[in-house]
Amino acid sequence: MKEIVIKADRLTKNFGDFTATNAISFEVEKGEIFGFLGANGAGKTTAMRMLCGLSIPSSGTASVAGFDVYKQTESIKQNIGYMSQKFSLYEDLTVKENIRFYAGIYGMSRKLIKEKMALVLEQLQLTDEENTLVKSLPLGWKQKLAFSVAIIHEPKIVFLDEPTGGVDPVTRREFWNLIYEASAKGITVFVTTHYMDEAEYCNRVSIMVDGKIEALDTPTNLKSTFNAVSMDEVFLQLARGAKRSAD
Amino acid sequence: MKQFIIFVKKEFYHIFRDRKSLLIIFLMPIVQIILFGFALTNEIKNSNIAVLDNAGDESSRAIIRRLDASRYFNVVQIIHAQPEIEPAFKTGNIRMVVVFQPGFRHSLLHTNHAQIQLIADASDPNTATAITNYASSIIGDYQQELYGLTAIPFMIQPEIRMLYNPQLKGTYNFVPGVMAMILILIAAMMTSVAIVREKELNTMEVLLVSPLKPLLFIISKAIPYIFLSLVNVVTILIVSYTILDVPINGNLFLLIAESLLFIITAVALGLMISTFTKTQQEAQMISLMVLLLPTLLLGGFMFPIESMPLPLQIVSNIVPSKWYFLIVKDVMIKGLGFSQVWKESLVLLGMSVFLLAISFKKFKIRLS
Repeated sequence: MKEIVIKADRLTKNFGDFTATNAISFEVEKGEIFGFLGANGAGKTTAMRMLCGLSIPSSGTASVAGFDVYKQTESIKQNIGYMSQKFSLYEDLTVKENIRFYAGIYGMSRKLIKEKMALVLEQLQLTDEENTLVKSLPLGWKQKLAFSVAIIHEPKIVFLDEPTGGVDPVTRREFWNLIYEASAKGITVFVTTHYMDEAEYCNRVSIMVDGKIEALDTPTNLKSTFNAVSMDEVFLQLARGAKRSAD
Repeated sequence: MKQFIIFVKKEFYHIFRDRKSLLIIFLMPIVQIILFGFALTNEIKNSNIAVLDNAGDESSRAIIRRLDASRYFNVVQIIHAQPEIEPAFKTGNIRMVVVFQPGFRHSLLHTNHAQIQLIADASDPNTATAITNYASSIIGDYQQELYGLTAIPFMIQPEIRMLYNPQLKGTYNFVPGVMAMILILIAAMMTSVAIVREKELNTMEVLLVSPLKPLLFIISKAIPYIFLSLVNVVTILIVSYTILDVPINGNLFLLIAESLLFIITAVALGLMISTFTKTQQEAQMISLMVLLLPTLLLGGFMFPIESMPLPLQIVSNIVPSKWYFLIVKDVMIKGLGFSQVWKESLVLLGMSVFLLAISFKKFKIRLS
């Protein structure tokens, strides 16, 4: 029996006359890596913000980790992790201080923080750099650290908003290894991306065009449906019909 | 509570790692106080004057010596004839010419009526008034001495007492003013910049998604700056007490408590600014414009509010610094107690509550 952790039903967000997200419906299973694709301005970020409890939907229903996005945003926040497209660690704090701070605001105990810190530092091979200021780390390491920090409190779901922007292919591959490890531990990964090769790494992919979900399936099925050799082609076929320009 | 401690600790890391800002925070008050105390004083000292001594007798020379010896005047030029007076003002940098009539001492002793003419450069009217007053009082002193105790009959001798500031020191006025200025700058500007930095560097988004409560965020952001501002209050008080000889006549704890209240008002202002600005620079500019200028112009310590046009007098009431300035002057210089400043304190309290309510509301709106 599969367990549903994110469920959206005709979820809509209007800003005045503009419908950023138009009645999207989908379900995400526990432990799944769910790719959320779309051109700039297609409504990905708006949808994600509603699921994270940052934005109240205009209509439709949704639940995240079993909690309602209208009424139980505080409970949602306890159960999710978030990594934004822009880098979001404190540059003037050391690796250790960043980990301790983010773990601390999730209310983790001192002992637990210490254990998790050792694990994370070892996993990222940053043990020798624990007292280095984050600003002097290479971008790839910063991104991996940001991801580890986003899941330090072992959330049920982690939302990644274009996490690999500006990172070289090797580091991106390493980054995805971290995502697989998290997924193997049962953390559901909800990821938006621009890179179509990354879409291939996802268990299932949804493609948004002009605020609507135009396709939703496994990468293999999508390719056969659209008779395409790569996800890139699938995406181009769908996105060509878009009316909205990039933001 | 643990979240709070962790957050405040993080804020202090930010503050202490930013050496430049830290230096500004701690040095600015000292530099300002010393600047205002010594350089920008409104007392007029060492004015250059010229004399035209048509008498050249014992009395005229004694008066000239006294003028020159006082800290207010330097006699830099001797004029020999009436027509030289105007050119002396035009070419020299003198502020006043003292003219003695011929036979000055003779008239003084025998007709009881001697004349000295003081001609002052009134292009700066306040200075002209002040220096002629200084000169008159020096001349008056000499006259008194000359007559000794056997004074002429029927003389009214006004005895003037300058309350609270017997030596008419400008620092008594500037220290409370500088305190208002420094606190509003440090507390409001630093708080707004610190919050906006989280927005600009995008860490705000992560914090918003975290279970951290907005109220906790605001309080933990404000606490470090309230603390730093209190350190500044103490620094300013020590510097002005030891170096500038400004007394602390009232209750020190009341003074610090009132300062804390004003700091909270300033922090609330900073919070409000942070809710409608997006970049650190913007926050800084707006803080300077809406805080520093009104504090300087309408705070009451640079320009007396009573002599402003009525609309400006009314506007000055919404400037928090004005109220704090009044409180500090009352408590620190006049030595008054809380019963005399409760009204001003209430105004500040009201302002703080109002500003905090608005910024908290705006902060919440942004979340939805």
